[in-house]
Amino acid sequence: MPKGLVVIDKERCKGCGLCMEACPLGVLGFSGEYNSSGYNVAAMIHPEKCTGCAICAQVCPDVAIEVYRLRSDKAKEAT
Amino acid sequence: MSQVSTQIPEGYAKVFSRPKSLSEKRYTYCPGCHHGIIGRLIAEAIDELGIQERTVGIAPVGCAVFLYQFYNVDFVQAAHGRACAVATGLKRANPDLVVFSYQGDGDLAAIGTAETVHAANRGENITVIFVNNQVYGMTGGEMAPTTLPGQRTVTCPEGRDVRLTGYPLKISEMLAQLDGPAYITRQSVHDVRHVQMARRAILKAFRNQLAGKGFSMVEVVAACPTNLKLSPPEANRWIEERALKYFPLGDLKVKED
Amino acid sequence: MSRLLLRGNEAIAEAAIRAGVKCYFCYPITPQGELVEYMARELPKRGGVFLQAESEVAAINMVYGAAAAGVRTMTSSSSPGISLKQEGISYLAGSRLPAVIVNMMRGGPGLGNIAPAQGDYFQATKGGGHGDYHLIVLAPSTVPEAAQLVMLAFELSDKYRVPAMILADGMLGQMMEPVELPEPVDESTIPDKPWAVTGAKGRPPNVVLSFDLEPQKLKEMNLVLQETYRKIEKNEVRWEEVETDDAEILLVAYGTMGRIAKTVVRMAREEGIPAGLLRPISLWPFPYAPIRRLSERIPVILTVELSAGQMWEDVRLAVEGRAKTPFYGELGGVVPTPREILSEVKKHVSS
Repeated sequence: MPKGLVVIDKERCKGCGLCMEACPLGVLGFSGEYNSSGYNVAAMIHPEKCTGCAICAQVCPDVAIEVYRLRSDKAKEAT
Repeated sequence: MSQVSTQIPEGYAKVFSRPKSLSEKRYTYCPGCHHGIIGRLIAEAIDELGIQERTVGIAPVGCAVFLYQFYNVDFVQAAHGRACAVATGLKRANPDLVVFSYQGDGDLAAIGTAETVHAANRGENITVIFVNNQVYGMTGGEMAPTTLPGQRTVTCPEGRDVRLTGYPLKISEMLAQLDGPAYITRQSVHDVRHVQMARRAILKAFRNQLAGKGFSMVEVVAACPTNLKLSPPEANRWIEERALKYFPLGDLKVKED
Repeated sequence: MSRLLLRGNEAIAEAAIRAGVKCYFCYPITPQGELVEYMARELPKRGGVFLQAESEVAAINMVYGAAAAGVRTMTSSSSPGISLKQEGISYLAGSRLPAVIVNMMRGGPGLGNIAPAQGDYFQATKGGGHGDYHLIVLAPSTVPEAAQLVMLAFELSDKYRVPAMILADGMLGQMMEPVELPEPVDESTIPDKPWAVTGAKGRPPNVVLSFDLEPQKLKEMNLVLQETYRKIEKNEVRWEEVETDDAEILLVAYGTMGRIAKTVVRMAREEGIPAGLLRPISLWPFPYAPIRRLSERIPVILTVELSAGQMWEDVRLAVEGRAKTPFYGELGGVVPTPREILSEVKKHVSS
């Protein structure tokens, strides 16, 4: 299981591209899905690489990202 | 969050979520606008200090006029430029309130210069967040006192000519000269490292008020991608490569006890 | 009750303190300097906050903040300073905040001079600031009345959530008279302010604003204001009548001119001229109805003001052509004597 995962609120996302630029591991990209405002929303393109560092959430101007991390007891089982 | 459909697999714990002091309202700012980040940092400070029930924010005139919609705290909307005077009135009327104003470069450093300088000079025990994005966003992209030399805006379409309109106003440097203020700092949110530094500065500016230290202002050198006509990532590079040359980051005044 | 010899400016300040004013923000300007000084000396001693702001603009915005916080708050100034406050006053009105603004009028326009005048009637009653709003405007003509109307101004302002103005002038501010000071207000009678920004504890957040981008919503906000103004017009009109029952010429005058006009009525009666006076005390809401009533019987209604004729327009509106409506005014801070006004009265009754 990847160490981290993020949940992006599709309706809050404005496709600004800052999260994918900030992500150090290339997890995020444009999904090609458009929300009701017409924005191409961000999504995890490579979820397997996510470490839950939360840098994306910190730079997101719309506070659209929630970040989860594997609990330490489970982290030991992670690849 | 509207992501109710996503099932979080077992074993994961949430490590980052929306601050409680932020309301559910979706931000009305442009894509990539730094108001959103700065607004979140304020909410994080309110949450961390447990002051949601004592806080009164002051919304300016400008893109952040709707600030009151995005928080779960009491708010007062102020006339353009007057937020520091309104903050003074609120704080003097009820010193138990935690009062913060949030102002753009027109509000704080053009029309509101007198109110800002004198609130700072009196050392009013308030927290001021100054968003300096070098342009008047709301009204269509006009020149601000902080517009950079050569920067094009709708009221200096050939680029700011310092011979005609002067130089970018360094209000933080001005205020740091005074004896009144307790904390004047300049930050930015153009990458995660600076977001974290800005977060600490904003927290300190609120802590100062709780400790009765006096006037604390955090200037955030921000980007307006829309009026810069740059993509949000390009706008962040503008901050790094151009804006920060005129507005150097760091603490300009820190009053120790 | 205490009886003191007080200057108008000081009586107003003392009355405000007794009315429970908690925050007073000001900027010095003649002829209300003594009001500022009195507050500086007394208000902090009696549990209030005195702050001299950097400008009248800053002061009115501090009033806005304190009013939003739910406390009784006041500012005072004179004509040019009141001009500066118009934006803030419009915001107070639009946000439905109670506050008291004192204008000790002086000669204008522009810098004018420091002599008494009544040139701000339009500014006070017809707007001054932008938008469809009114202030409750009260005009004292003696020092004791000034003290009494200050107490009333705070009461009405809180009751209706409408800012109130005391419209006086430099002469009233400077003159000294014995005053029975009103009893300090019983703070339990001050209405609760559940709308105030006191910190969102155990309730949803309060927002004080005067803004809505949606026209229909702003219309609704305006209708609330208009409804309030109708209530005030119905309940809070105040005026004084002197010898009007058998009058054949009616003077209409307020403030210092109202006081002088009383003397004119007495002098006229001594010479057998049946003169009377209607002295508006509330300039907004204006006493249209009593003037209309009197104009049905009295053929000449002479308005006397220290201006080029501002309240005169409201008198003519009330009279609607039923009677002659001449005007006698003075400008620049010149104050007419009772004898000069009596000559004018005689001109109109000589037929």
